[in-house]
Amino acid sequence: MNATALPIPENLERFPELHRALDAQAAIAEANRCLFCFDAPCTAACPTHIEVPRFIKKIATGNLRGAAKTILDANVLGLSCSRVCPVDVLCEGTCVMSRYNKKPVEIGRLQRYAMDHYYAGGARISEARARGSGRVACIGGGPASLACAAELRRNGYAVTVFDNRPLPGGLNTYGVAEYKLRPSDSLREIEMIRGMGVEFRQAAVGAEISLEEMEREFDFIFAGVGLGAIERLGIPGEDLGGVIDALRFIARYKTSGDLAVGRRVIVIGGGNTAIDAANAARRLGAEEVHVFYRRGELEMPAFDSEYDHSKVEGVRFHWLAQPVEIVGRDGRAVAVKFAMTRLGEPDATGRRWPEAIAGSEFEQPCEMVIPALGQSRVTEILRSRGIELKGGLIVVERASGRTSNPKYYAGGDCVNGGREVVDAVADGKRAARAIIASMKPEAMRG
Amino acid sequence: MADLSTNFAGIRCPNPFWLASGPPTNSGEQVMRAFDAGWGGAVWKTIGEPIVNTSSRYASVDWNGHRMMGFSNIELISDRPIETNLREIAEVKKRYPKHAVIASLMVESKREAWHEIVKRAEDAGSDGLELNFGCPHGMSERGMGSAVGQVPDYTCMITEWAKEAARTPVLVKLTPNVTDIRVVARAAKRGGADGLSAINTINSITGIDLDTFTPRPNVGGLSAHGGYCGPAVKPIALHLVQQIAADAEVGIPISGIGGVATWREAAEFMLLGCTSVQVCTAAMHYGYRIVEDMIDGLSNWMDEKEFATVEDFRGLTLAKITEWKNLDLNYRILARINREKCIGCDLCYIACWDGAHQCIHLDGHAKPAEVEAASRARIAVTPIAKLDAPGETSGGTPTARVPRVDEAECVGCNLCWLVCPVPGCITMERVDTELPRESWEERTAAGGR
Repeated sequence: MNATALPIPENLERFPELHRALDAQAAIAEANRCLFCFDAPCTAACPTHIEVPRFIKKIATGNLRGAAKTILDANVLGLSCSRVCPVDVLCEGTCVMSRYNKKPVEIGRLQRYAMDHYYAGGARISEARARGSGRVACIGGGPASLACAAELRRNGYAVTVFDNRPLPGGLNTYGVAEYKLRPSDSLREIEMIRGMGVEFRQAAVGAEISLEEMEREFDFIFAGVGLGAIERLGIPGEDLGGVIDALRFIARYKTSGDLAVGRRVIVIGGGNTAIDAANAARRLGAEEVHVFYRRGELEMPAFDSEYDHSKVEGVRFHWLAQPVEIVGRDGRAVAVKFAMTRLGEPDATGRRWPEAIAGSEFEQPCEMVIPALGQSRVTEILRSRGIELKGGLIVVERASGRTSNPKYYAGGDCVNGGREVVDAVADGKRAARAIIASMKPEAMRG
Repeated sequence: MADLSTNFAGIRCPNPFWLASGPPTNSGEQVMRAFDAGWGGAVWKTIGEPIVNTSSRYASVDWNGHRMMGFSNIELISDRPIETNLREIAEVKKRYPKHAVIASLMVESKREAWHEIVKRAEDAGSDGLELNFGCPHGMSERGMGSAVGQVPDYTCMITEWAKEAARTPVLVKLTPNVTDIRVVARAAKRGGADGLSAINTINSITGIDLDTFTPRPNVGGLSAHGGYCGPAVKPIALHLVQQIAADAEVGIPISGIGGVATWREAAEFMLLGCTSVQVCTAAMHYGYRIVEDMIDGLSNWMDEKEFATVEDFRGLTLAKITEWKNLDLNYRILARINREKCIGCDLCYIACWDGAHQCIHLDGHAKPAEVEAASRARIAVTPIAKLDAPGETSGGTPTARVPRVDEAECVGCNLCWLVCPVPGCITMERVDTELPRESWEERTAAGGR
């Protein structure tokens, strides 16, 4: 795939940005609202601990280069995070302003302002801080690996990122809704990291290069492999035409212009990905988009902000209904048969399990079905290297990201089961620091 | 409704709000619109031999996104012929007989020149005269403006010349660019002045363009010092006004100038003894319409305080300003933090640690660096709604972020109270020391220190 062809032109029109950029005057006014809290809660709440008041004050003083550097020092994916972070449950959610009836400072948009300025100015990077000697491989080209690679490279280590897709960036390039982050912005971050001296190689680890080979070539290996495809529904009709899982659907509309959604679309699931897919289906021309979730509104895992936005997009939500069959005609899906559910007692995870109600089945007609359940696990390959897994996720020591095999570190979705970009960046950064510490323990002790 | 009518040394007007001599009072058309808006008086843009101005002329200091917190100009006196100004004064007075028109004057330092301009201004119908001995730029290089106001003997002499010819009250406008403004004020009084206007603008270099290295305002790549005014100068102006208002040798009415933008500043100047106030920068910023709230706000405040006329509160605060040596050393206050109102910004904490006396604490930490280190070491994750237990993001301020005042160590300096962004969160409360009032003067007289 040609990176310069993205974003595809139609998407610029169909997916105008959800949050408009601040202009210079608005940015300064907003920056000046920041109280400059000491030990600011926003900084503590950010998984990467960006020094938020510090960069905001730099915007206020017109030191935009310094603002960008402050952000990037803590979070090399400051650009994508400024667009995709669910700020209302992170930095902005902890802003002290809301405790005295004032609107939280728009930290996300201010960060974007600093980042846009930085990238518009050619994304100048500073030289590596130190000359480390050591080679590290990062498996997977998503946010966790990118953050790990950048942190290591900044400290002088040689890093190679392996990704099996044509373009690196993982979900940042292929999986984030277009109105939040364009693939071109994700790729600008990759170019910046490449400019730091990180090497990128397209290769399927396990097939084209084995872990044994990697172990010989590299001192440490960081697994940022993310999660796999969307889990199958396990009901009849799943392979009919017109059924496409949410991640494939999103990647497809972001990278090609030939996706026809039909008049009526059904999305199955209640997470943020389900919502991204539902909104996209609306923007791509579907008249009716129905999200079906097997639990209730209160149990839905999507962020409130995403849910609210989706309602504005015109998406209709249906609760307590689980699919039992995708009904086909001439090889294409024409309806989904649902059964109503009721919530039972909380299970071991504390969540109330939905039980189907006998005789409650109904059919909802459609032209497209988008399953958006959780993602599968792709960590099995690591078990052979003595790495402990639990429920398909890699078990790590939380503070360092170190796995049960001391040569391997891990972070991101393959460890946490699927959280935000900023969580993956934090994991990658922590792992990089732990790797550096183990390569030169004396330096880190001081 | 309170009575705002004002009598300044015999100059009567419906309220104490005058437009100061400057661009807003440049022409009759403007002054008439100002009177329509509600201004009680106008000091005409200084009349004298017409000058030629530069382009540009103004510069401002912006602060935290707010424009014109401080303002400076290098504009000179009126660039219009004397006869034009006087003809328009006559027209304004004919149409607005109850409003005060004061002619600001500046001519070369010759007795005949002053006699002539005074007569002409009064013949045009001015209610009073203001001698511009304060303008600090341009005119001072030509031996006028602050070149006069900075030398008490000249101030006295030229005031005398004006008074020789004047039939209406003569005000002398003082420059703040002197070591002791009282000396000049006394000289004006000796010369026969009926009132004082204070302060004129303060010598200033507003700022420097960091791309061109040229100071502002830029006149073809060069600049010259200007006169500074606007909200930023109010505290300086209040002090200088208090100095002359409290001086036993001065004792004539004062028209207060310097950072008056609302009724609040006006009330402050009047509490320090001013009979009227003059406004320029705020009217340049927002237009004449600001006077509506000045009148309304002052009137409501007076009603609330039960002041029937402006004379009822004029000068009330003068008795409350003394010398440091008379302050009570046994008066004690200390800071209290209202835990209910605290939003956890911890600005008081860092201000006290770095800028004061290290007596506000965050429990569990000895020093600021430890507080920050503990936060950075914490692993934070994005809470997934409905999957994770609610964290600190919900509800009120976490207890750990509410600072505590060590009352035994607190010196009652006010800093925490000043930095706290939440009204009523930090209060400075009186502590009974059970000691009698004792000033430094009394204490040293008794042999203490």
